[in-house]
Amino acid sequence: MNLRKIYKNIFLIMFLSFVLSACATQTAKKVDSQIQGDVYTGTDTVEYLADGVPDRVFFATNESVLTTASRETLRKQAAWLRKSPEVTVVLEGHADERGTREYNLALGERRANSAKDYLMTYGISSSRISVISYGKERPVDPGSNPLAWSKNRRSVTVKAN
Amino acid sequence: MNKKLLLIILLISIPLKSFAVIEVDITRGNLSPLPIAISSLASSDDDKKNLKKELDIKDLGLEISEIVENNLKKSGLFNPLDKEAFLQKPDIAHLKPRFEDWALIKAQALITGKVNLQDNKLRVEFRLWDVLAGKEMLALAFTTVPKNWRRVGHIISDKVYERLTGEKGYFDTRIIYVAEEGPKTQRVKKLAIMDQDGFSTKYLTLGNELVLTPRFNPTNQMVTYLSYFKNLPRVYLLDIETGKQDVVGDFPGMTFAPRFSPDGKKIIMSFAMDGNSDIYTMDLENRIVERITNHPSIDTSPSYSPDGKHIAFNSDRSGYQQIYVMKSNGANVKRISFGNGIYGTPVWSPRGDLIAFTKLHKGKFYIGVMRINGKGERLLTENYYQEAPSWSPNGRVLIFYRETKTNSKGEGFSAKLWSIDLTGYNERLVETETDASDPSWSSLLSN
Repeated sequence: MNLRKIYKNIFLIMFLSFVLSACATQTAKKVDSQIQGDVYTGTDTVEYLADGVPDRVFFATNESVLTTASRETLRKQAAWLRKSPEVTVVLEGHADERGTREYNLALGERRANSAKDYLMTYGISSSRISVISYGKERPVDPGSNPLAWSKNRRSVTVKAN
Repeated sequence: MNKKLLLIILLISIPLKSFAVIEVDITRGNLSPLPIAISSLASSDDDKKNLKKELDIKDLGLEISEIVENNLKKSGLFNPLDKEAFLQKPDIAHLKPRFEDWALIKAQALITGKVNLQDNKLRVEFRLWDVLAGKEMLALAFTTVPKNWRRVGHIISDKVYERLTGEKGYFDTRIIYVAEEGPKTQRVKKLAIMDQDGFSTKYLTLGNELVLTPRFNPTNQMVTYLSYFKNLPRVYLLDIETGKQDVVGDFPGMTFAPRFSPDGKKIIMSFAMDGNSDIYTMDLENRIVERITNHPSIDTSPSYSPDGKHIAFNSDRSGYQQIYVMKSNGANVKRISFGNGIYGTPVWSPRGDLIAFTKLHKGKFYIGVMRINGKGERLLTENYYQEAPSWSPNGRVLIFYRETKTNSKGEGFSAKLWSIDLTGYNERLVETETDASDPSWSSLLSN
């Protein structure tokens, strides 16, 4: 009788812990699928300059190196810019909140410029591109967690005219 | 024989010690702040009437004594006693304190004073007394325009602090900072200036454009800061009296992280171009621009040594942000920070022997100090996010800002000013009307 009760409890505990761990892995997976190698890969905050042309690219912590996905986005932007020669753009570079203000201003500038350089190698004249850094001043996500920070480490291409 | 002699000396020196002039040791965290009685400054009934007419304050002497009380208390070195317990009236105490009455309430020091109007000027006198020795330690009288009455309280605080600690005070000073309002994703920021104790706040910009990192010049009349006016982030110069603003130099890109040279003649700052930030100076008289660093890494947050001969700055040339020191012409660049983590915002102490910094290590932010060769690192405070230390003019206190962690919905953000003693003790919230960041401490306004 007692033994049965214990077995029952053990079974219940095992069942519950299975359910709970399943939940945990699912939320972890959800975050994982949105951040790869410290870079945001989701689409939550992304807007579109034209059909199929995302407006922003994301960076790893302290980095300004473009990922494969970022380069693909920028090639789409370059193709769109070639088709619309009257358009000029501002590249707005941003950093997350986990750095000092002054360093982040420099980092945002570096990020926007790495996007600018890539657009230029795809034939867009530097006269059509200006750059501004906002450092950590304009987060898109106010959260204090790795996912929010990854969304905020970005360079956004904005139509200027 | 020798032992006997020692005993005699001890017996003599013990009673002598209680008559020694009081002093306060500020070199370590003070665990037993000095009990001090701060009497209201006395005024005759006629004087009170005149002062009320001039300033619309019922008891100016009391208000001034409360400014002194508040300053000394916040320094952590003094324990101002409750006025309710005082046995002697302010006017009589100022003439000749009955020391036994003050000793009875355990006061070791006593401040008395007098305030009245004379030829439309505020005339103030005050005395500092050693209660145990029964002696006057300091007596001073001065006049000022009535609207400066709060500064009277700060000047008295500075004089008392100096007499008792042997070092200059930091009370008759101002803080310039960035006042913040609105949601985290769309903060509205204005330049604001206030007295060191949080009173007399004035806003210097309207909030139409983003402004960051204001810093005083040595005479406290000018401020250099970063403004996004017309969406062009540039270093500006503001005359506090006239409100006149000028862009500093003619750079084809973002300039940021400005500070004055110790003689006030130059502004040192970063200039970012094509993804690279280097350090430049501009002479404010002849407008000559000099490039100080030339490196493909980010070089920023420059700060001069008080003698103007060296510059501390922060660079990621080693891969991560670290602190470097070089000669003021850019020669002899030497890395000084070698601890775990990344280091930023070096600020040279007014005494010249220490550099305050921000450190990020394992997800925590620290304010710390190290010697100018990088040795002797001491972390004073740890938090989720804090940065940008600025020294009190006597080099004893640091002010910085701290931001809170938001919850999972992104709510609960705030930015506040905090201060902490160089000892690592006496951490305090500095009250501001709005949220606040990027504080810069002025030098002493008087003397």
